[in-house]
Amino acid sequence: MFGKLTWDAIPVHEPIALVTGLVVIAVVAAIIAWVTVKGWWPYLWNEWITSTDHKRIGVMYVVLALVMLVRGFADAIMMRAQQMLAVGASQGYLPPEHYNQIFTAHGTIMIFFMAMPIVIGMMNFVVPLQLGVRDVAFPTMNNVSFWLTASGALLVNVSLLVGEFARTGWLGFPPLSELQFSPGVGVDYYLVALQISGVGTVLTAVNFVTTILKIRAPGMSYMRMPVFCWTTLAANLLMLAAFPVLTVTLALLMLDRYLGFHFFTNDGGGNSMLYMNLIWVWGHPEVYILILPAFGIYSEVVSTFSGKPLFGYRSMVFATLAICIISFCVWLHHFFTMGAGADVNAVFGIASMIIAVPTGVKIFNWLFTMFGGRVRFNVPMYWAIGFMLTFVIGGLTGVLLAMPPVDFVVHNSLFLIAHFHQVIIGGVVFGVMAGYTYWFPKAFGFTLDERLGKMIFWCWFIGFHLAFMPLYVLGFWGGTRRLQHIADPSWQPWLDVAFVGALIIGVGIALTVVQLLYSIKTRDRRLDTTGDPWDGRTLEWLTLSPPPHFNFAVLPDVHGEEAYWTRKQTALREEKLIEEPKYEPIEMPLNTPTGVIVAFFASICGFAVIWHIWWLAILGLVGAFAIFVWYAWRDEHEHIIPVDEVARLERERRRIRHEQIQTWPRPA
Amino acid sequence: MTTSAEAPAVGLTHGGSEDTGLGHRGPESKSIVVPYGFWLFVLSDMVLFSALFATYATLVHATDGGPTTKDLFDRNLVAIETLALLVSSFVCGLAIIAAKRRNMLWTQVWLLVTGLLGFVFLSIELYEFATMIGEGAGPQRSAFLSGFFTLVGSHGAHVTAGLLWIGTMMAQVWAKGFQPHIMRRLMCLSIFWHALDIIWVAIFTIVYLIGTL
Amino acid sequence: MSAGFRPESLWRLGAASLLALSTCGCNRGILDPVGPVGAAEKTILINSTAIMLAIIIPTMIATVGVAWWFRAGNKKAKYRPDWEYSGAVELVVWSIPALTVLLLGGIAWISSHDLDPAKPLPSKTQPLHVQVVSLDWKWLFIYPDQGIATVNQLVVPAGVPVSYDLTSATVWNVFFVPQMGTMIYTMPRMTTRLNLQADRPGTYEGLSAHFSGDGFPGMQFKVHALPADQFAAWAQGARGTGSALDGRTYAELSKPTSYVAPMIYGAVAPNLFDAIVKNRAPPSPVSPPLHNKPVSGSGA
Repeated sequence: MFGKLTWDAIPVHEPIALVTGLVVIAVVAAIIAWVTVKGWWPYLWNEWITSTDHKRIGVMYVVLALVMLVRGFADAIMMRAQQMLAVGASQGYLPPEHYNQIFTAHGTIMIFFMAMPIVIGMMNFVVPLQLGVRDVAFPTMNNVSFWLTASGALLVNVSLLVGEFARTGWLGFPPLSELQFSPGVGVDYYLVALQISGVGTVLTAVNFVTTILKIRAPGMSYMRMPVFCWTTLAANLLMLAAFPVLTVTLALLMLDRYLGFHFFTNDGGGNSMLYMNLIWVWGHPEVYILILPAFGIYSEVVSTFSGKPLFGYRSMVFATLAICIISFCVWLHHFFTMGAGADVNAVFGIASMIIAVPTGVKIFNWLFTMFGGRVRFNVPMYWAIGFMLTFVIGGLTGVLLAMPPVDFVVHNSLFLIAHFHQVIIGGVVFGVMAGYTYWFPKAFGFTLDERLGKMIFWCWFIGFHLAFMPLYVLGFWGGTRRLQHIADPSWQPWLDVAFVGALIIGVGIALTVVQLLYSIKTRDRRLDTTGDPWDGRTLEWLTLSPPPHFNFAVLPDVHGEEAYWTRKQTALREEKLIEEPKYEPIEMPLNTPTGVIVAFFASICGFAVIWHIWWLAILGLVGAFAIFVWYAWRDEHEHIIPVDEVARLERERRRIRHEQIQTWPRPA
Repeated sequence: MTTSAEAPAVGLTHGGSEDTGLGHRGPESKSIVVPYGFWLFVLSDMVLFSALFATYATLVHATDGGPTTKDLFDRNLVAIETLALLVSSFVCGLAIIAAKRRNMLWTQVWLLVTGLLGFVFLSIELYEFATMIGEGAGPQRSAFLSGFFTLVGSHGAHVTAGLLWIGTMMAQVWAKGFQPHIMRRLMCLSIFWHALDIIWVAIFTIVYLIGTL
Repeated sequence: MSAGFRPESLWRLGAASLLALSTCGCNRGILDPVGPVGAAEKTILINSTAIMLAIIIPTMIATVGVAWWFRAGNKKAKYRPDWEYSGAVELVVWSIPALTVLLLGGIAWISSHDLDPAKPLPSKTQPLHVQVVSLDWKWLFIYPDQGIATVNQLVVPAGVPVSYDLTSATVWNVFFVPQMGTMIYTMPRMTTRLNLQADRPGTYEGLSAHFSGDGFPGMQFKVHALPADQFAAWAQGARGTGSALDGRTYAELSKPTSYVAPMIYGAVAPNLFDAIVKNRAPPSPVSPPLHNKPVSGSGA
């Protein structure tokens, strides 16, 4: 009746998992209770949960990511603590069965449920505004994408209290991940959660590629788009092309585990090398999916805070697309040591080095953007400069790893761990922190506290280096990854330093929460009254903060690159705004409960599949299909915002901007 | 030039540009945007099938001492299947033409025939699978067979989804008539159905033809 | 009022890091190779790093320098709000990485071929053959020509090339002796090939470098490089001692155990390695669920 699910699934013998699970349940219950008591459900349901507004969906993605950051970081600090304590004679406080779940969960959560959602959230919020349009191409599908991602995150968290998580590492290599060697439900949690959220990701990709290629303001040709939109396009093309491969690979492993197929098994002719190839054909583009939008954020931030246009726009576009294409040609560098032979290894090694060229070009172009500028050291600029210093070292270690004979001695080592954390933290995390600070006022109408922002930066910058520089050393000493126990006592001081580094990062994360709460409390001191707090150059700064539901009363006419900057400079020079446009009523998509209900059924179906409760799985599938058809039956798709409302809001914006013209400095 | 009404682009009350060029006359209309997005989805599905083809090609000789391609495939059955699917694609085209002419009867008839031919295809395929499993050549026998059943079976699963979609569209067209959003969905369905045909041609060639040479 | 980005604190951090790194004990691990393979790899590592640092360090200095010089408060810096393109700059900006990659790419091609793991090492002596099997969670080393086998202990003659054939009995592992150089995967039903040499006698650390389950951290082993005549004496003396590695003892060895103390088998069943690769060696009498037993006791 309940498949493999029994009361034994609750980890009563694992105090850490049990307590964590119970605490999570308690916190969630408390939040639900508070929301209920305050009567906020109608607001949450109408304004957020069922919203098809890209700005709301973007914020929800970021919130999901920040929550999962806490979980992923908790895993990280537990790992650092274990490695610090389990040296020599000591076995630490985490037995292998538990430690192995923690590092698997850490990787899975950080990539799929922290980095991806936060990057997708930023793209969601910003891109339609930068393109000068009202929403993405498929707003309802956008809502569904978000909730499917949330469903995957939910299942990963359920594994904490019901059953176990995978103990294979975040990519689940067979044969270890096959049923013979991982008979528990852990790998199934991993597979099902990723399949569900993977559907969401492909839908997001369809949405953004269509939006960027087909839905832009009048006059915005490709070469007039902001660079962040170009990097979003490239990242979503990668998502569109790479995620189906992940879907297939995980599905094949599921077929092996559930139906006894022989894709990757040790017997029956299975080929585990096939998995390695397939998963990395997805895996390498994945990391470029994460870094390209971050590069876009840096382009926006460096340009804005230098008071200059981005240097070498066309080069940057070309470099972005080059990275996009080459990223599909390098996957074998993840397994040089599998024995493919010198020719194959060399070709992939060289291709991997080639991808460093457009990346290097970008760094130089940012440098030359600052050159001749007037650099303002606001918090986003701290993150950008911190990135330029940190990421290039990560790039250096990456090119080292791309050299097959070097990889032969550092593959899978702590050197590798340090490398990819260097590029992911120095590149992606610093980028999203810059973007978070930069676009926060646009989303909420007030800026974040600057002093706390700088403290957060230093915590991450110093903490990162303390946590990972020792790992390079240990890698040179022959230290491999995923060790629950360290045999060599001479590693102790390095592991201690690494732990301290992780603690400092933890302080940074805690301060991020503090900064948010403090900034909300003191928001009146930092209101963004004009909608353009940073003297921005792209169209999102044309609107007030937060923008009205429809973004722009009239879609802006775009003449030339830096659409907003040109318009602003003209207005300041001529001391007047453009002529008041003719207002029209605006059609906006309706809210929809489809996303959250489909995700609900997907979660039910997913949980049932994991525990082999077949009747429930079918029920979940049928439910998801039924809601889909019910949704397809509606006749009303849009609601109209009346012309008076549009006019009122736009006149308010024009009034504020007109005042601003009187006070702002004239252009040179 | 489409005969269906130019549906407004997202966020506009007027139609939006019908210019399929570089899109800088402003947002394109929904009649362009929706099929474009669906094509992108179909392309991602083609990537999915590429991964399955790559898997099949890697494992085609991993028979573990069991049945090989030469032992298993019946070209006659496959020929009938293929004919059924190809004809169903043609008939699907007829359904779209009838829909553009707002002809309820023939739209429903051609959609039904499309579905029936799809059902014939599926039945033959299921029969083939059942026979192979009965002979001990099921997907659990070897890696090659796992690859075969998954590649061909995934296509069959897509056809099944397509049949569900055809049924749903028949009901929607009946209940709501030829409104713009219904027309757009029919367009997407037909793109999907033709794409399945293209994939079948690849499967037919790589799996059955080359396998029995 | 922003305090600005202080370069002095950055220098201090950088110097401290470099100091820490330089006292990293370059007399161990991959930076202290004992054979030609490891030595070549270390050379490539150091040279490539140096080449790249030559570009990266000036870039990092320029980043901080340019940001500081062109800070908004600096009246001496010339503001060029419209300078957004220069063909000359673009040429340089593309050339520097391109040329570097050209150079490194050439090194990659040549060295990948020179250091191909399957390539026999040039030597006047005949290579020693060792067959390696990764089990859960220990290493089995079979010496087919000497008729002995060891567990978690690899004894090799110094100055003699060793030709390894490797496989795994269960899941993937990686055979790695950092001071000897190149590592390679061990995969079930497949044989990988590796050639290494230890030039100086000594004891070196070996490990598995691919996570393989609960007992993974216990897969350490020691490598003893003995002078050639001592090696011959050791091999000769080991024959006939201890138990024989046959079907029964192999099945016993296959049981999941970790942190296994080194042991020697004085005799080995012929073609045992081939049987393991073809999966015809006797399996463990204990059923697989002991490997990665589910923590919560359910779902098995």
